[in-house]
Amino acid sequence: MTDLVASAGVKPSKGSLINDPKVRSIGLQIIALILVIVLGWMFVDNARENLAAQKIATGFGFFDNTAGFGISQTLIPYSETSTYGRAFLVGLLNTILVAVVGIILATIIGFLVGIGRLSKNFVVRLLSTVYVEVLRNLPPLFQILFWYLAVLSAMPNPRNSISIFGEAFISNRGMIVPRPLFGEGTGLVLWTTGFAILATVLASSWSATRREETGRGLPMVWIGPALIIGLPLIAMIITGFPITFERPELKGFNFVGGLRVIPEFVALTIALSTYTAAFIAENVRAGIQSVSHGQTEAAHSLGLRQPQTLRLVVIPQAMRVIIPPLTSQYLNLTKNSSLAVGIGYPDLVAVFAGTTLNQTGQAIEIIAITMGVYLVLSIITSVIMNAYNRRVALVER
Amino acid sequence: MSMTFDDGSFIRTELAQPLPPPTRNVGVIGWMRENLFSSPLNIVLTLVGVLLAALIFPPLIRFLLIDAVWTGENREACLGPGVGACWPFVKAKFGQFIYGFYPISERWRVDIVFLLGAVLLAPLLVLSWPGKRLNAFLFFGVYPVIAFVLLTGGNIDLSAFLLQHFGLIRPLTGDFTVAGINLTFWVDYILTAALFAGIAWVATRALGASGRSAALAVLYFFLALGIITFIWDFDFGLPYVETRQWGGLLVTLVIGVTGIVTSLPLGIVLALGRRSTMPIVRLLCVIFIEFWRGVPLITVLFFATYMLPLFLPAGTNPDGLLRALVGVALFTAAYMAEVVRGGLQAMPKGQYEGAMAMGLTWSQMMRLIILPQALTLVIPGIVNSFISLFKDTTLVLIVSIFDFLGQLRASFTDPNWASPVTLYTGFAFAGIVYFLFCFGMSRYSLFVERRLNTSHRH
Repeated sequence: MTDLVASAGVKPSKGSLINDPKVRSIGLQIIALILVIVLGWMFVDNARENLAAQKIATGFGFFDNTAGFGISQTLIPYSETSTYGRAFLVGLLNTILVAVVGIILATIIGFLVGIGRLSKNFVVRLLSTVYVEVLRNLPPLFQILFWYLAVLSAMPNPRNSISIFGEAFISNRGMIVPRPLFGEGTGLVLWTTGFAILATVLASSWSATRREETGRGLPMVWIGPALIIGLPLIAMIITGFPITFERPELKGFNFVGGLRVIPEFVALTIALSTYTAAFIAENVRAGIQSVSHGQTEAAHSLGLRQPQTLRLVVIPQAMRVIIPPLTSQYLNLTKNSSLAVGIGYPDLVAVFAGTTLNQTGQAIEIIAITMGVYLVLSIITSVIMNAYNRRVALVER
Repeated sequence: MSMTFDDGSFIRTELAQPLPPPTRNVGVIGWMRENLFSSPLNIVLTLVGVLLAALIFPPLIRFLLIDAVWTGENREACLGPGVGACWPFVKAKFGQFIYGFYPISERWRVDIVFLLGAVLLAPLLVLSWPGKRLNAFLFFGVYPVIAFVLLTGGNIDLSAFLLQHFGLIRPLTGDFTVAGINLTFWVDYILTAALFAGIAWVATRALGASGRSAALAVLYFFLALGIITFIWDFDFGLPYVETRQWGGLLVTLVIGVTGIVTSLPLGIVLALGRRSTMPIVRLLCVIFIEFWRGVPLITVLFFATYMLPLFLPAGTNPDGLLRALVGVALFTAAYMAEVVRGGLQAMPKGQYEGAMAMGLTWSQMMRLIILPQALTLVIPGIVNSFISLFKDTTLVLIVSIFDFLGQLRASFTDPNWASPVTLYTGFAFAGIVYFLFCFGMSRYSLFVERRLNTSHRH
């Protein structure tokens, strides 16, 4: 056969080049790369032309210019004569503040509601379900506006403000809480607190090792709180109670003293934490339900009591399911904190991508930095999450 | 029945009738003991829960229904002490909530778009309805084109396609317009299409394949694009309504539907790219997806509003709504890509191997075997991302596009309706509308999930 073909002078057809999968794949990739590069080059070229035409400066020099606008909540010293760089930091810290407080509240509410969804108690179950369904199905911006416009603005004026045990006051100008004053010797108290936490962690890990070996651990239920409360208390007594609180007092039409929490912060934190809590509750419920009933029964038949079953068998397994979506909910909350701009809370987007952008007009740099900050936060979170995931993942043979 | 023996012992031959359970273990009382008062903690929880419910629900119902004002012309009706919701306010502002500032004489066009959308969407959602392919084509392909013409008025300004940018045609013909159709543009268009088809033919020929299929593919692409452009170009005699006048639920739905219609194909392409074996393509897709997923939508909208115009050639100043739509589409596409990827990964490997063993090419395998199954599998995921998209549309308020929530906020400032309850009425109404949309969709997604689960249980 081959002889025949060869003798006829016909080479076996190789097929066209375009049908060769390798050539195709390389060709396609080259085309994709060229398209992206051309598009990118066009963008850069247009941007250069447009910026030149509109006489907008480029570069990051504006960071050192005077900002000239005030910010209603600053965690670090800031005034109108500070630079844009300082304003950026203020905004970033405000975003982080909302995110941290929101995450803590959302976790607490979320776990309570999530467990409530599985409660045997009909009333608790019903209320939890209503909570989840209502809050999950309303846009977060709607909820933020609702808390800000309909709830907090409707609070009484400072003279008639709602008092919480005479220490904190809620009025339409926000919340006033006692301001902690740090006197001489605060450092020692803080160091002792840190030491107490460290000691508790070490003791509990040692207790766990000892329980593995001898079957008997330390009574950590008592030791932990004793360390964490007792040591700082002793330090406080030694240094003569350096941390005091300045109580707000009503003078004239407004409060004097105390720490004022602006209403925007209160509205944003409540709205974000209750909204995210609804999602966390569903994750918690799914996590607990994912632990099969056989696990509970096996634990009971081994002689573990109900609290032990929960603590040693159910929760560790449920956490494996809960943690990954929980982290992405934390991330969502952080990203949703950018909705602050809707009610004028001075977060990163409002201060930097809002006011600074309007004043300097340097859209490209500012938006790139703003996006970059969130990207970095996302990447850090997902790296940590993946590491954790690897640690707790089921090791299958 | 029983037997008595001589020695007086007694043996029962029948089972005694079981006694009824104690009354406190059955019925309402038993249920309450079991579910509400089984332990001290439970009793406390029940009491707190009931107290909470009593604090929330009766006042809510009183406000919304019992104390509510139902008729009235202006704020006077809602001023009295202890009045509830001011429904005449919602009635007076209803048009604004739905259409924004769309001209009243043209609102029938919006109604037709809503109606058409509902008619096309309903059969798409019923899983057992036949003709899904045609239906999807109508909803995703034809409907946006028609909706665009109806909402804006069509008759877009076309001046130059590609060749004219190099100064090639206009000197010969000049501008020549018939019935709103710029003929110069179309000559340009046809010539460009022919040029590209020619290039494709020559290129594939040079690589040793028959150039016919490549040239035809290019021509089909230009034909489809041409038909859409022609319809948008044609003057149907509808007055032009600029997007600044749009508002309310119309904008909310336009953003939502455009987002889903554009992000689904884009998301499929990205998901396929991310699963591809070609490293450069995969890398590009991963970067694109992770970038958009890592930033909040607000910054995307800021990007689209302030940064995008700088990237376009000088003089092109896209409309504000269009900019927001581009931002939303890119953002949603990244999320959609991950949803679709989930479906692709859930396909058993046998499906891929079977398709390849049948000798199908990659595109045939995806089109005929994998995607139909994978997409059906992720319908709940698609609906869920539509829900979050729908909720996220409210964010356009921040780049001064007045969607439903924006109109609501604007309506609070009307002095004609300024009353203590206006704010609460508005929030209640908007809350109910958003809740009905989102809750309805989430129920649908649950329903589909259950249906699909049963069919996949082996």
